[in-house]
Amino acid sequence: MATPGDQPVASWLSTQRLSAVLAKEFIQMRRDRVTFAMMLGVPLMQLILFGYAINNDPRGLPAALVDNSRDHYSRAVVAAMETSGYYRFVEIAATAAAAEDLLARGGVAFVVTIPSDFGKRVDRNQHPQLLVEADASDPAASSNAIGALNNIVTRALARQRSSHVVPDSSELEIVVHRRYNPEGISQYNIVPGLLGVILQMTMVMMTSMALTRESERGTMENLLAMPATPTEIMLGKILPYLVVGAVQVVVVLGAARLLFSVPFLGSLTLLLTGVLIFVLSLVMLGYAISTVARTQMQAMQLTFFFFLPSLLLSGFMFPYRGMPAWAQVLGEFFPLTHFLRVIRALMLKGSHWHTIHGEMWVLVAFVIAFTGLALVRFRNTLD
Amino acid sequence: MSAIDVKGLTKCYGGKPVVDRVSLRVDEGEIVGFLGPNGSGKTTTIRMICGLLTPDAGSGTVLGHDVIRDSLRIKTQVGYMTQRFSFYEDLTIAENLTFVARLYRLHPVASEVDRTLNALGLAPRRDQLAGTLSGGWKQRLALAACIMHAPKLLLLDEPTAGVDPKARRDFWDEIHHLAADGLTVLVSTHYMDEAERCHRIGYISNGKMIATGTVDQVVRDSGLSTFVVRGQNLERIAESLAKLPGIEQVAPFGNSLHVVGTDQTALNKAMASLEAESGIRVSPGETSLEDVFIKFMSASNNKNSVVENQSPKDTGNRNGNTGGPARG
Repeated sequence: MATPGDQPVASWLSTQRLSAVLAKEFIQMRRDRVTFAMMLGVPLMQLILFGYAINNDPRGLPAALVDNSRDHYSRAVVAAMETSGYYRFVEIAATAAAAEDLLARGGVAFVVTIPSDFGKRVDRNQHPQLLVEADASDPAASSNAIGALNNIVTRALARQRSSHVVPDSSELEIVVHRRYNPEGISQYNIVPGLLGVILQMTMVMMTSMALTRESERGTMENLLAMPATPTEIMLGKILPYLVVGAVQVVVVLGAARLLFSVPFLGSLTLLLTGVLIFVLSLVMLGYAISTVARTQMQAMQLTFFFFLPSLLLSGFMFPYRGMPAWAQVLGEFFPLTHFLRVIRALMLKGSHWHTIHGEMWVLVAFVIAFTGLALVRFRNTLD
Repeated sequence: MSAIDVKGLTKCYGGKPVVDRVSLRVDEGEIVGFLGPNGSGKTTTIRMICGLLTPDAGSGTVLGHDVIRDSLRIKTQVGYMTQRFSFYEDLTIAENLTFVARLYRLHPVASEVDRTLNALGLAPRRDQLAGTLSGGWKQRLALAACIMHAPKLLLLDEPTAGVDPKARRDFWDEIHHLAADGLTVLVSTHYMDEAERCHRIGYISNGKMIATGTVDQVVRDSGLSTFVVRGQNLERIAESLAKLPGIEQVAPFGNSLHVVGTDQTALNKAMASLEAESGIRVSPGETSLEDVFIKFMSASNNKNSVVENQSPKDTGNRNGNTGGPARG
């Protein structure tokens, strides 16, 4: 039998030593179930999200109709718009004001107004006009639909008049108002959203380490042996990150103004309230993760597992309305989705409390849910 | 009033009792040693007493408070020193102590910290990061942190593991000083000399308390007799001795052998026949606490786990195979 001394020690690759390292790595990989699940789960999740949910040519965008004409021409135009697949009329608004409110609320992406003399002008070839107001706070979401509009309407009118007359698109005038971001500057959409993304990344990740760091370093036993209540430990661990979050908010909002000239139309108080609730929901989520994870590594992985879909499904990277219904439902479960609506509404649309309070309350619900989860999961003993 | 008076404490992991109906009574001002092999349930018992673990069964009081329901009140009056150093390595000595002082709501914080630093000779190193301290200094910091709120009961879990003899001696002198002032101490240890410095000891094995009392009582109750054998070729004699009836332990101590057994007559007979051989002198010896513990450990069938309490969950599963029938 060969003794270790018989073998050449200096060989740079020994299959035996290599297999020793390999075998050890595989054993450790198998023992760390969470990491193993992540390695299989993340690619699958990315595949499904990128493959099915993300669509850069959003269709079926909700629109409101203000029809002052109410004749066969206007019906034909509406029908053609729906047939095109880009527009989905969800509201027949009675007044322009009601439609305006829907647009501000984010209930619809377009308001299509057909003037009362529309039919008359079509018959007399007097440059019939159509007014389309688009929510351009996300310019990418509406651009394709607007681009296709002229063609859709011209053909529809031609079919209505007489099939042998060649349609003349120059007759028709479609007035497009790109609301909230008239020049379609994508920074106006991205930069306020970035505030949410930056906050989410740092807040969740830092607080998810809060308890796992204590257990990993062995200091948890001591902390629990001393008279600190679960609430004190929780508050003590999350409050510092509210300060960090406040600094980030100032930096990002300042940069939005100075570097990117993003308009800020709404109330600062409302914005700060929204940011505070959002940050609270994030630190509570992070803390809840730290009550679930057993190591800092697991906490990181759980954070990442949460981070990726929320980035893709919240409407930050891709138009929310471009996603299929199931992905939109999934997107509702991320605080970022609701925060993006709040901050875009406040900065670009100058919205008031009555248009955004629904989203605010959802954020409050997240805070309550995550706090409850954390307090239920927290163990005041080592059991 | 007893500082600790618990009955039938039980803790199970995976359906297997790690601590099995342990009862313990410690009077005020007493230093009680808690002994037993690794994985026998010492740490688990201590954690139940200080409220870190909820017992599955059992009842009792610690400092007059209910051990199950009043754990927060118990925590404020107990100092618990963990087996592994569990203060913040990225904080200095003074910062660690300030943290502890605030948790216990001591007033004024700064002077309480200074007082503790001076009392334990930590003042010269007050601004040193705890992570850079040697084992002995870490232990002193841990002791300082768990006595600064003037607890009535000190629970020390193997406080002197990995500490040099001088620091160990200083540590025990400190413990005796504190006990003289009325502090009650329950300390787990592996060291026989430390056990002998306790007023009373308790021996736990496989989660069961199998002996309690003063050192003398425990030695006497064990029923062991000891002979000291001197002479030539002791190594060879030791092997044959171990096979003789009545002899349970043969342990070399320098130039002599300690021969220990329970059955007095069988042991006497074996010694008499041995003495007849040339060059061998046999004399009656004192049974030591260590002899008693070796007997306890052998009797417990070697079933105990190798590693104790890195995580409570580990203790249940690490136990080796069933082991043979009991010796002795």
